This record gives sequence, structure tokens and C-alpha cells, in this order.
Amino acid sequence: MTARPLEILRERFAADLIESSDYLGDASVTVRRESLIDVLRFCRDDSRLRCVLLLDVAGVDWPGRKERFDVVYLLRGLDPGCRLRVKVRVAEGGSVPTACGLWKSAEWHEREAYDLFGMKFDGHPDLRRLLTHHQFEGHALRKDYPIEKGQMCYVPELLLTDEELSGGAARVGYGPDTVGLSDADEEIQSDFLPVNIGPSHPATHGALRVEALLDGETIVHSRTEIGYLHRCFEKEAEDHTWQQIIPYTDRLNYVSSLTNNVGYALAVEKMLGVTVPERAQVIRVIVGEMGRIMDHLVCIGANLVDIGALTNFWYFFNAREWMYKVVERLCGERLTTSYTRVGGLYRDLYEGFEDDLTLALTKVEEGLADVTGLVQRNRIFMDRCVGVGVMSAADALSWGWTGPCLRASGVDFDLRKVAPYSGYETYDFDIPVGENGDAYDRILVRIEEMYQSMRIIRQGLERMPDGPIQSTDRRVAMPPKDEVYNSIEGMMNHFKLVFDGIQVPAGEAYGFTEGANGELGFYMVSDGGGHPYRMKVRPPCFPIFASFNSMMKGQMVADAVATLGGLNIIAGELDR
Amino acid sequence: MGVALDHPSNFMTTKLRQAVNWGRKYSLWPMPFGTACCAIEFMGSVSSMTDLSRFGAEAVRFSPRQSDLLLVAGTISYKQAPILKRVYEQMAEPKWVVAMGVCASSGGFYNNYGTVQGIDTIIPCDIYVAGCPPTPENLLSALVQLQNRVQHEGLDAVKERHSDSQTA
Repeated sequence: MTARPLEILRERFAADLIESSDYLGDASVTVRRESLIDVLRFCRDDSRLRCVLLLDVAGVDWPGRKERFDVVYLLRGLDPGCRLRVKVRVAEGGSVPTACGLWKSAEWHEREAYDLFGMKFDGHPDLRRLLTHHQFEGHALRKDYPIEKGQMCYVPELLLTDEELSGGAARVGYGPDTVGLSDADEEIQSDFLPVNIGPSHPATHGALRVEALLDGETIVHSRTEIGYLHRCFEKEAEDHTWQQIIPYTDRLNYVSSLTNNVGYALAVEKMLGVTVPERAQVIRVIVGEMGRIMDHLVCIGANLVDIGALTNFWYFFNAREWMYKVVERLCGERLTTSYTRVGGLYRDLYEGFEDDLTLALTKVEEGLADVTGLVQRNRIFMDRCVGVGVMSAADALSWGWTGPCLRASGVDFDLRKVAPYSGYETYDFDIPVGENGDAYDRILVRIEEMYQSMRIIRQGLERMPDGPIQSTDRRVAMPPKDEVYNSIEGMMNHFKLVFDGIQVPAGEAYGFTEGANGELGFYMVSDGGGHPYRMKVRPPCFPIFASFNSMMKGQMVADAVATLGGLNIIAGELDR
Repeated sequence: MGVALDHPSNFMTTKLRQAVNWGRKYSLWPMPFGTACCAIEFMGSVSSMTDLSRFGAEAVRFSPRQSDLLLVAGTISYKQAPILKRVYEQMAEPKWVVAMGVCASSGGFYNNYGTVQGIDTIIPCDIYVAGCPPTPENLLSALVQLQNRVQHEGLDAVKERHSDSQTA
């Protein structure tokens, strides 16, 4: 990728750009509201940019400004290096044209921005609250909304509207033709059965909710709802110092905390321009891949439970327990690890780590062999998964899919290859890619990814260099005790780091890593005040779950369950 | 309890309360109301390494109507709160509630606009388990504590508890 996005945009939209910058290598433009859709369409379609993924839509609140809010569109092309940030300003009570016509993923991203900031999106098909509940008043991420102001919710929201329930399914385009009824059976339409699944349901594996309208066992129409685990990560981030946020990142995707820790630390280091010592980088790669393996173990195990193959879950969980042992000795916790620090790691590897991890990997391999032996060519399993929940590559991109789910649809895209970080370019590993984009491919891609992760870990263990695990940059690292006790500079340095925390210079950046389930991004805005001014997480499973509704139309309920498990929706990062 | 082995019909005497509670405490049927990280540790508790079934609580039911132990594993948001309350109400008596982890116990380090500050603001709660998330061993210890409590409850513990929660 040689094209310089900013130059291309300046040339094409000279009069429409208000501002542009490439601070820290992130191309960013602010455009006039009227030309927003044109610019976005150009970014998507221009052959030099080809930003086919809409990663996220973030709001930012600047209370003192006349046009109070920024709406930030984060775009990515599959070609390396092509990332763009398109911003538009909007006043309180104002509106922005919707991007739903360009990307399907825009629908939920814009709903979220509306929910948390209150700007409207003209032409949006379904602009309702998404993360907070329906009785919530105000907009939670505005700077004038107090963080501790909770609001009671007394009744769960009804998702399907009365029209939809009273045979209105035809109105939304899923009438007799699609469900195999003849026109003569029109009165049967009112006999569609509404079924509520979740938010406390074994098949949802977390707090998700689907309300489906069934014709027999076929889903004719459904609505999904999230936000049941909205723990306000982004508001909490604004209330904490940069270092204090690390424990919160554990609980985003709590199945692979280690991978999150690495992602967050890398993003903040990008803002600061800190480099991490070689040893810390290798350890980060190893723990990141451990997180990926542990994540896939739970995902596949749970998916198999959903379709009735309980034994495999025990096999995988035993393997996971072996990994837990290593993680617990390394970090002191099994699940919520908080292992990285900005500029390095919490602590060095313990003695015997290599042996423990090698043993655990053998156990993972055993578990994998057991499970693949049981299911891979199993007739019942294949009948349940092959051709179920199919997502085409084009649709997957439009929905903003990344990670193993996208690769199962046949798109060879992995950030570890495309935009390597922590030295991934020096490791030898392959990216498994599926063909059909069905539930079967998604499971197989994950299984193969675990083998590749093990390859990476073994290479990492082999090359493990000696040296420090923490950067010596005094903006992020504590000075040695010797200096703290014997020099006033050292003591002040220590004092400031403990009391004020890390000072990130004003500016904004988007840091990203390949999480276990896709691109895990952190869009950060700093005003130099010691806390993030705005922190937007780009959770990989958010756009994936957004597409679930459309995937399920015309499918059987049992297929919906078989599909959902393989998408690996983790409520912690979905709702944040 | 008295056992009469020399009597021709080999009978045993005990108190009704003790016999019933003995049955109840070793056949708790948990309903995991898993919302977050703690649910993953609950999976760990039922899997082979720690195996919840050793304590008679392996019949995990996802229907509140079939279970008598509500395990609230994870953060409860305000959006989730009415659902938790309804699930609790749907359970038949006698029923017990365990708040697994700090989020369910007190909101944990999520002191913000979205998080309920402890499930005991919504439903009565018997045992609180510390940890973020608690280890499986922690959960087992809570289960044993709960069994002790069940053993010493009166037969009309239902009434007692409900009058408690009203005055509290």
C-alpha cells in the first residue's frame, strides 16, 4: 500500500475538509456534514483506498464547543496500512446522515452513538437505545452525566412490536413466500409464535437476548437486544488513570484476558511512543497466543455443547485447566490476569514456566486430538453444522466482521500478518482460511488457529531473550529503588507516577491488535489530563452479533443455536 | 438420631427437620444465572477438576422452576435487574441464593450508572462469595457453607426468610 490516504482525500474533497492530520500515523480528516456520505462512499469505493470495513463509530463530547459532538468513523481497508478516520461535527440536538446505506455494520454502531451521546442519524432505520435500558433518561457518555447516577429499570423491554406480533411479519418482508405458506393460508400468519430467548439462557452463553417470531420451527422474524452486561467500561476509563484501566480490560473479553491486556498496553504505548524491551515483546506474544488458545477452547467447547456434544466440553475444559495452572502461577489469577503494564509487564516469567507451558500445550494437543477425532467427520455433527449459518465474504465485510469468523468466510485477513506488532513478522505461522463461511468452517478455522498459536508459542519459548521486561522510559516506568531513596529526581518521579499516573500527551490514536475473535481496537483521545478523555473500544464480536438477526431469517431455531455458539459472542466486550 | 439395630424392624429415629434438611442440602439444584466472567469460573467448578457433583449439586438446571439454588454469577446491570428478579420469583420454595463474586455481592469495582450495587438490593441473598472471579474452590466452600445453613434451618425457613427480607 503506497497510496497516502490524506493526499487522495485532499485532492478529491478540497472544499469539504475542515481539518486533516496524520498524528502518530493515523490519517484523520474532519469533513463537512453535508459531504460526509460522499466522503465515506469515496473511501469505500476508491480503488486506492478500498476501506471496505467500517470498524466503529465513536462519539466524542466537547462540551465547550459550539458544535458539541464529534462523530468518528473508523475505516479500514484490507490492504496493509490503509486506515482512515473520518470525523464530522454535530451540535447538541443536531443530526448526521446515516451510513447504513454504505455498510450494514453502521446500524448498531450508530445506535450506540445515539444511545450514549444523543446525536441523531437521519435516515437510520431503527434508531433506538442499544446499551442502556429503555427507561434510561439522558445520555450516559456525555461529560455532564455523572458516572454514578444509576437508573432503575422496572420492566424488561418488549422487542417485537405489536404490528410484528399480530401477523405483521409480512410487512417486514418475510411473508408467506419465504416461509412456504401459500397465499390462501394468510390467516395463519397471525399464528406465528413469539419466543423469547435470553438474556438468561444456556444457549446464549452470556447476557444476550433474541426475540423470534416462529412459524413452526422456522424463524420468520427476530430482533436482538444487547446491553445486559453494560458495565460502562468507557465511562470508567474516563474516571481512571491510564494504568488503572488495565484490570478493566481483563473483563472485556474475560475468556482471553491476556490478549486484551496486550492490546490495551500496545495502544497506550502507541500514544506515548514508548518501545518495549525485546524480552517483554516475546512474552507478550506468548501470553497473547495463550489467550487465543484458551478463548477458542471455550468457544468450540460451548458450541459443541449447544449441539449436544457435551463430552468434548470436558475434554477442552481439562486442557484449559492446564493452561489456567500456568496463568495462575504467572499472574496470580486464573481469569482476570492484568498481566501487562504500559511499557512492559507486571512481572517476569517464573522459574519453570517453560516446562509448565510445554506440558500444558501437550495437554491442549491431546484435547484437540480427542475432540477432532470425535467430531470432525462425525455425521451428526456435520449435519448440524455444514451449510448452517452461512455468511458470504462480501456480507461479512459489510457487517464489519474480522478475525476467525471472517477468515472462515474465505477472507485471508489477519492483523498479525497485515500490520504486525510485537515482532509477529518474525514468527513462522500460517493463517487458516475457510471456504464456505458456515458454522463448520468457523469451528475448523478455530481448531487450526490453536495449532498455529502453539507453533508461535514454541518459537517464542525457543528464542526467549534475556533482559529487562519493563521499558526504562521514565514517563511510564518506576525508577529503581536506589534512585528513589538517594535522589530527589528519582523520588519525585516515583511520587508523580504513583499519584498522578502516566501522563499521555494530548492527541488521539487508534491502537489495534488481533484479538481472539477479531480486531480488538482502542480509539483513545487524550487531553493531557492524566485520564483518557475518551476511550472507545472496538470489540470484535459487536459487529458479528449485529449481523445475527439477518443470518437467522428463514433458519430453524436449532440452527440459530448451533450458529450462535460458533460466533463466540462474549457479553463482556459486546456490551462493555 | 437414634438407631435401633437390635429391634426386629431395625428402625431409626430422628427429627423430621433434620431428615428433611439432610435431603435438601445434598440435592441442591443450581440454576446458574451467569452473566459475566464468573460464569466461566462456574464452568470450571462443574468440570472435571473440581467437580461440583461431589457435593450433590451437579443437576444444573437452566429453568428456575426446576431449581432451588440461584447462583448469580456475574455483574447485574440495571437492564438485567428486572429479569433477575423475575427468575427469582419463578423459583419454587424452598430456595437459596448465592452471590458469586464481588459484582453480584456489591457491584465490585463497577461503581457506575449501569451496574446494580449488589443483588441484595433486588432479591434476598444467603451467601456472598468473595473474588473477582472467585476460584472454583471458593465456590465449593460457599456451597458447603450453604449446606450447613440449610441443615440448621427450621422447616418454615421460608416464612422466616421472607419476614427477614421485609424488615431488612
